[in-house]
Amino acid sequence: MATEILMPALSPTMTEGKLARWLKKEGDTVNSGDVLAEIETDKATMEVEAIEEGILGRILIQEGAEGVAVNTPIAILVEEGEAVPDNIATPKNVASAEPAPVPQPVASAPVAAQAAPAQRADKPVGRVVASPLARRIARQKNIDLAAIQGTGPNGRIVKRDVEAALNKAPSAGQVASALPASGGSSAVPHTTMRKVIARRLSESKATIPHFYVSIDVELDALLALRAQLNAMSPAEGADAFKLSVNDMLIKASAVALKQVPEVNASYTEDAMILHEDADISVAVSLDDGLITPIVKQADRKSLKDISQEAKDLIARARAGKLKPEEFQGGTFSISNMGMYGVKDFAAIVNPPQAAILAIAAGKKQAVVKGNELAIATVMTVTLSVDHRVVDGAAAARWLSAFRTAVESPLSLVL
Amino acid sequence: MSQTDFDIIVIGGGPGGYVAALRAAQLKLSVAVVEANHLGGICLNWGCIPTKALLRASEINHLLHDLGTYGFKADGVSFDFKAIVARSRAVSKQLASGVQHLLKKAKVPVFKGFGKLNGVAAGGKRKVLVQPESGAPQTLTAKHVILATGARARALPGLEADGKLVWSYREALVPDELPKRLLVIGSGAIGTEFASFYRNMGSEVTLVEVAPRILPVEDEEISALARKEFEKQGMRVLTSAKVGALKKGKNDVTVPVEVGGKTETITVDRVISAVGIVGNVENIGLEGTKIKVDRTHVVTDDLCRTGEPGVYAIGDLAGAPWLAHKASHEAVMCVEAIAGKTVHPIDVTKIPGCTYCRPQVASVGYTEARAKEAGYKVRVGKFPLMANGKALAMGEPEGMVKTVFDAQTGELLGAHMIGAEVTEMIQGFVIARTAELTEAELMETIFPHPTISESMHEAVLAAYGGALHF
Repeated sequence: MATEILMPALSPTMTEGKLARWLKKEGDTVNSGDVLAEIETDKATMEVEAIEEGILGRILIQEGAEGVAVNTPIAILVEEGEAVPDNIATPKNVASAEPAPVPQPVASAPVAAQAAPAQRADKPVGRVVASPLARRIARQKNIDLAAIQGTGPNGRIVKRDVEAALNKAPSAGQVASALPASGGSSAVPHTTMRKVIARRLSESKATIPHFYVSIDVELDALLALRAQLNAMSPAEGADAFKLSVNDMLIKASAVALKQVPEVNASYTEDAMILHEDADISVAVSLDDGLITPIVKQADRKSLKDISQEAKDLIARARAGKLKPEEFQGGTFSISNMGMYGVKDFAAIVNPPQAAILAIAAGKKQAVVKGNELAIATVMTVTLSVDHRVVDGAAAARWLSAFRTAVESPLSLVL
Repeated sequence: MSQTDFDIIVIGGGPGGYVAALRAAQLKLSVAVVEANHLGGICLNWGCIPTKALLRASEINHLLHDLGTYGFKADGVSFDFKAIVARSRAVSKQLASGVQHLLKKAKVPVFKGFGKLNGVAAGGKRKVLVQPESGAPQTLTAKHVILATGARARALPGLEADGKLVWSYREALVPDELPKRLLVIGSGAIGTEFASFYRNMGSEVTLVEVAPRILPVEDEEISALARKEFEKQGMRVLTSAKVGALKKGKNDVTVPVEVGGKTETITVDRVISAVGIVGNVENIGLEGTKIKVDRTHVVTDDLCRTGEPGVYAIGDLAGAPWLAHKASHEAVMCVEAIAGKTVHPIDVTKIPGCTYCRPQVASVGYTEARAKEAGYKVRVGKFPLMANGKALAMGEPEGMVKTVFDAQTGELLGAHMIGAEVTEMIQGFVIARTAELTEAELMETIFPHPTISESMHEAVLAAYGGALHF
């Protein structure tokens, strides 16, 4: 009997996605578990697997189609020898229960910030005066009311303003055609990930009052401890480990968050949300963007556990195989560009988190200890902070706690 | 020498024209009104207001004949029909003099006479010629002219009012005596109100409508319920009905009415023709200008501008809906735009409509059918007044409230009511629609108990999961 294959929901919050590619053609035989198509959502590309077997009778949504709503029929599966019906009333089958993500293409990423659950579009920053209907439509269409000029009484945003904004939102094609055609420029259509990065970081930089605090941290004690610990690892086997500096900085961040808990927070219109666990989002650059897998409860985990978990997450992030819950959430982010030799940099806060730590390269340099000149490995870290949540003094206390944890690293193994 | 040059001249002193003048005066613009007959226009003198006075009388007559319901007894109840009509005229007169007073207080000169556009003066100002009933014409000038000449009853060939046997609204408002048998042609608001008035005063009334249902602009369920109530009151209602040539007798009229292929001959004492209205576009100087007229109405853009710069048309002259409150609102919008204020076009789906028959009918926005035609997925809620405590206590349980929501956004697309006092209640839904409230705010609103308005709340609840009391 013919069955419809429906657009699957790949995460609880997914409402639509892009049908990136069909891996089966009309007429192909399909076995249970075969990958039928690839779906691109905000964050990742996932595969749609067949649940039943049969023949792919008809493709209803062509590849490249964007904004395909969840539960839209995308194809019809028929039995061998069966004619393909024009439409089907019942039953409907959601294709894939267990979507498997696949890798992504192209580009580099300067600053960290990504992921975390989609924010409500109507969450006003400051007071946005809008009619209830305008608020609801904006939320449904993912339009930022703060960016809309109201034309109702006293500048109130009303339905017609939201509808005008909807009509104004340019499509990718319009933007491309607006570019000058000279000089060999070319228009590369945005991936879904690029769009999300653009939207979320613009929103963060435009709506969150950022400030930045930097501090120099000496790494020698941490490097010495790392060498000692790594020497304890068995040569091979399941218990083998090799701690990276980054693993230890994840732990140091978690320790500092427990000591200065006001940084482990989120701003909402009504209240400050203080988080119990230190869930550290680690920025991982991908070819075409970046993603922030989360080391959850890093404050309670051993360095060895953190190391193994981070290694696994980063590998799967690069392979595009993270599950949504593995990169959505997190209470604090770190972005480490030490491996690129940078002197210092400032990251953009990853909402709804309150702060992100930008880690630059550690370099041997002359330092003054007491009245002596000495050599130390020094790195500059910069904390970017949402000033609505965290004030300067708290940011400074957090950096001080972080430096203490790094320079006296035994606290990391307690 | 009195002033003859103004910022704005308004031709017509009805609810469009005099309101335009009052608003212009508020905004410190110099303004004059030209009026040929009576300030207040049809609305105050021959429309909304005198009919409400008559309908009040017929409602009292109904109650007097229904005293037993409330435990009263009275013998020999009667009325003086001339006094009832006289009262209606007195109310109109009082209000018209009120308008005169308002204009005087606002220092707006009123030129008595028939006004018309009369070309452009040197300097680009518009000339308006005022022709008084007697005496020499006078020329006024202004930068802006607002045409607000209103409309009159449409005279269909063969159904023209003769003032004796066949009445338009005007004769129907000042009858010498109560006709025993009456035929009302047309079941829009005007026809329906007269049918209801005369029926409740005791006439035998037949209401004839060419469309398949009475009150054709209302929601279908409202039309059906209205018909049911009228028939219960003893009115005869014929729909999808065609009226043939009238045969006028000495003091009666014989009318062939065709319904469903069968022709019936009805003999009545009087006929009321209420088959629509036409705009007063004649002799107001439109000839030779860029002002376009489409089927007796002046064509305007959504800010009431005509094809001629500096000339505007508002109210009935500018087309449907033919409602005084639409004219007044356009007047304010038009004048504010002239004064350089930011204005927004009127959304007709936010203009309420009321018909003061018994039971009353009131509505705003999309009917269920029109919302579906417009492509909305709708949620509909209904609540019968039979389940409303106050309606029962008043002894008027006939009626219902119906709400139509956009299922997607929760926008209140329309509200439709029939029953006691609904014309006083519809503004609640109009505010909701204008303020763009969704079902959430309406559901959260606390309505006073016991009131008929509780049924509005219930009709919202009914659209979203269930009314509490039905």
